[in-house]
Amino acid sequence: MKLETNTTRARFRAITDNAVTLLAVLATFLVIAPLVAIFVYLIYRGYSSLSLDFFTRIPKPVGEKGGGMANAIVGSGILLALASVIGVPIGIGGGIFLAEFGRGTKLANSIRFTADVLNGVPSIVMGVAAYALIVSPHVRYMPLLGHFSAFSGGVALGIMMIPTVCRTTEEMLLMVPHAVREAALGLGVPNWRSVLSITVRTASPGIITGCMLAFARVAGETAPLIFTALGNSFWSTSLNEPIAALPLQIYVYAISPYDEWHKLAWAGALVLIVLIVLAVSLVRYVTSRGVLKGAS
Amino acid sequence: MGVGIEVINLNAWYGANHTLQDINLNIPANHATALIGPSGCGKSTFVRCLNRMHETNPIARVTGTVRIGDLDIYEDAKPVEIRRRVGMVFQRPNPFPTMSIYDNVASGLKLNGFRNRHALDEIVERSLKDSALWDEVKDDLKKKSGASLSGGQQQRLCIARALAVDPEVLLMDEPASALDPVSTSKIEDLIFQLKSQYTIVIVTHNMQQAARVAEKTGFFLNGRMVEFDSTHKIFTNPSDKRTEDYITGRFG
Repeated sequence: MKLETNTTRARFRAITDNAVTLLAVLATFLVIAPLVAIFVYLIYRGYSSLSLDFFTRIPKPVGEKGGGMANAIVGSGILLALASVIGVPIGIGGGIFLAEFGRGTKLANSIRFTADVLNGVPSIVMGVAAYALIVSPHVRYMPLLGHFSAFSGGVALGIMMIPTVCRTTEEMLLMVPHAVREAALGLGVPNWRSVLSITVRTASPGIITGCMLAFARVAGETAPLIFTALGNSFWSTSLNEPIAALPLQIYVYAISPYDEWHKLAWAGALVLIVLIVLAVSLVRYVTSRGVLKGAS
Repeated sequence: MGVGIEVINLNAWYGANHTLQDINLNIPANHATALIGPSGCGKSTFVRCLNRMHETNPIARVTGTVRIGDLDIYEDAKPVEIRRRVGMVFQRPNPFPTMSIYDNVASGLKLNGFRNRHALDEIVERSLKDSALWDEVKDDLKKKSGASLSGGQQQRLCIARALAVDPEVLLMDEPASALDPVSTSKIEDLIFQLKSQYTIVIVTHNMQQAARVAEKTGFFLNGRMVEFDSTHKIFTNPSDKRTEDYITGRFG
């Protein structure tokens, strides 16, 4: 049979092909557009208020000019570090259990269901729950608890990271080909060792992406912090005291009646986004240095 | 050195499916033994019973006796110990994608706690030489991922990985079926050299391959072993009508 290239059908196929490609390009553009728009607008509104002071000074009292968000930047860093220390190991551990050791068991199914529900819980509810469990003055079963503190803020954010990290870890582990697991077992490697050194390692790029997603998501959370870290207008790096955080500071400044504070809120939002992008890029860079040529 | 394998009344199931029925045979030490037969006849299940990989599937079950050397593998030892003595090469090359070539070969030892780096270097080099891959990869040992090699190279890498733990038996489940003819002939040459040191059991769909590499050949059909004899006899003068039908291409 001769391949016909100039019939109506062939032309129809070419047009369909182009149309679908165009739709895909359009969809990509629509995905990127809001991000670009937000970023450009933040630069437009916030850039003029950025100065050395912004990064080195703490907020000034109402009426005084200047001041910055140094305490909030550092505070966010502390909160997020604490959240990651709590959320990443527990989340990854849970994901490994779901995908490798508990697959098909009732326990795993109920954990998976719980994680999915937890993922959908509004962050304000998470904040209230964290308040009731660890901040409320009735809580006396551990030091650091029973009052507003950086520690409780970190715990609240950490708990919010767990379901995302857990579920992406599980998904990524399940994507590791069966052949790779068999290869490890065929070498006489014990199952636990094969899981940790082979399966998890093979899935690690995806697992890291999951952790970064969870990190970026909680980095912008305000609601849970209102009930836990509370915010602080002064320097504090103590885990036992209320601590400032960028989202909290932005919130407080944005709803204030002062123009000067509004400008600082815009600058704070810009800095928050840039810092998240920097943190994610840094982790990507550090973790990709060990990747070998041709590794998939 | 390789050791012989004695299989007595081996039966295996996948769920309710009785995939191997009353298999009895003796696989000689330091020879290559080929297993042929149509798809689904139980050859792969059989070799997977020889290193207890069969039972890694939760619905799988096995009864009978397999002696490797003087070790009864279903009575006297744990699966992980057996798999260190009985290496396996799979149908599709399955190097560890995130590991370098070096780490792939060293993985069996490293993951079992072997830490002597100097000895590791030597074992990796010897294993890659034994699998005829050394000259092609010696400059990129730690730079390139195992997954960056071509399919044929990957399969030889997997053979090197299996050899590095110094097994007594090497099981090969259609090791060349996913490879091109040049890579296939390299693997076959390799089997020829390796059988002086190891007992080799090779599953193959390719009857010429069985005739080229193996001294002994077993013909499987519908979960039973129809005939087991010298390769020459199987291919020139089989005793069973079904074997003859299969090798002359009347079915399968």
